Amino acid sequence: MRYLELTIGAILVYNFVLARFLGICPFLGVSKRLGTALGMSGAVVFVMTIASFITSLVYRHLLRFNIGGHVIDLSFLQVLLFILIIAGLVQLIEIMLQKLSIKLYQALGIYLPLITTNCAVLGAATINADNDYTVLEATVFGLCSGIGFALALVLFSSLRERLDLAEVPRPLKGTPIALITAGILAMVFVGFSGLC
Amino acid sequence: MEIITYAILLMAGTGLVLGVVIGIFAKLFRVVSDPRVDLVVELLPGANCGGCGMAGCADFAKAVVTGEAAPSKCPVSSAEQVSAIAQALGIEAGAAFKQKAVVLCGGDREQTMRLASYNGVADCVSASLVGSGPKGCAYGCLGMGSCARKCPFGAIEMINSLAIIHKELCVGCGSCALVCPRNVIKLVPAEAEVHVYCNSPLKAPAKRQVCKVACIGCRKCQKVAPEKFLIDGFRAIVNYADSALPTQEDVVATGCPTGALLTAEEHLHIEKHDPEWSAEK
Repeated sequence: MRYLELTIGAILVYNFVLARFLGICPFLGVSKRLGTALGMSGAVVFVMTIASFITSLVYRHLLRFNIGGHVIDLSFLQVLLFILIIAGLVQLIEIMLQKLSIKLYQALGIYLPLITTNCAVLGAATINADNDYTVLEATVFGLCSGIGFALALVLFSSLRERLDLAEVPRPLKGTPIALITAGILAMVFVGFSGLC
Repeated sequence: MEIITYAILLMAGTGLVLGVVIGIFAKLFRVVSDPRVDLVVELLPGANCGGCGMAGCADFAKAVVTGEAAPSKCPVSSAEQVSAIAQALGIEAGAAFKQKAVVLCGGDREQTMRLASYNGVADCVSASLVGSGPKGCAYGCLGMGSCARKCPFGAIEMINSLAIIHKELCVGCGSCALVCPRNVIKLVPAEAEVHVYCNSPLKAPAKRQVCKVACIGCRKCQKVAPEKFLIDGFRAIVNYADSALPTQEDVVATGCPTGALLTAEEHLHIEKHDPEWSAEK
């Protein structure tokens, strides 16, 4: 039950993009075409899951420890450490992918290194820490947050592909109508609140 | 003080561990790439046009290095560039067969009747989906310029809603032929100077109703040079397989009654073309 709640919460109710407003930059930047949006979504799901797992391990075992009955609390280093770990992790994944699965590497392409500076990944790690999730819970939360991000991005890019062909008043063409669409999409997702 | 020490230790330690791990992984998972591939990529034109049938110049370079493709398969490279690649790799260049694209249609806005006015998406594929397009002739150039936008070399110009290929810019990659919904663009030997600019297989009266410059299959050209022309249904086509291709003299000698038989040079200025016969007569 706990995990079901986590899943639905992360994907629909507290959707990263549409409810928490994290990761807006890639949401607007790479949503012009469905193909690139899928590439970005894949990379985010992948990195978010692994980053959540590693950062929650670090958070639970490295940031607060006991030396001779003396509790050392280093949680003020949380953000700094998470950024460092996420950046290193993405680098590591990129090196491994290039060797192990050149197909996946090419599919993720430029989006993999871009994620290093994606606030959604850092956001997932921070939310895990704030809610004091266990390592398993944090990993599930990371995966589902990634899926939520992917859902929003795919929905939005499909809408934008249609908008390109629609007759939009000249002052609203391009980014303005995209922002309005994003707002309406966010309002739609408010409908899920109260599910859990 | 204690906290500061631990904080410094933790950050330095994490940085060190990550650095060492990345260093080890970079060594372990190093992708050894063939330096010859990079060399060939540099020698290729880098247009990524896909004329060779591969995804791009990098893919083609890989195929050349592994021996799957001959360097001459690149339609863009000149003979010198091809031999430079062959020399760098120490292999045979392979026989080159240069092709150029030609739009087998002379029916611009003035020459061919329009059945309807079309104001949808300005794209040939979209236009051909709506009642097979606004043009009277269902086989000719639609004139929305999909091929001109597709051409990586800017060799296609739209004049009076007709695609005109500038031969000196065309490399024969075939991108335009792939995108054309009417299949009116053909790849022909680069030496061919004369073409029958009509793609319609219909009978002459049906064509004459809609187009001034259609080939009516009168066989006048075939009488002048029997070897150089074939009759395909109700229209003449140039026999590209034959080594003797028709020349400008053949065009003059034929005196094509509708003006479908033209040199590529004349096709460039088709808007000035005034055939003696026209649809109104």
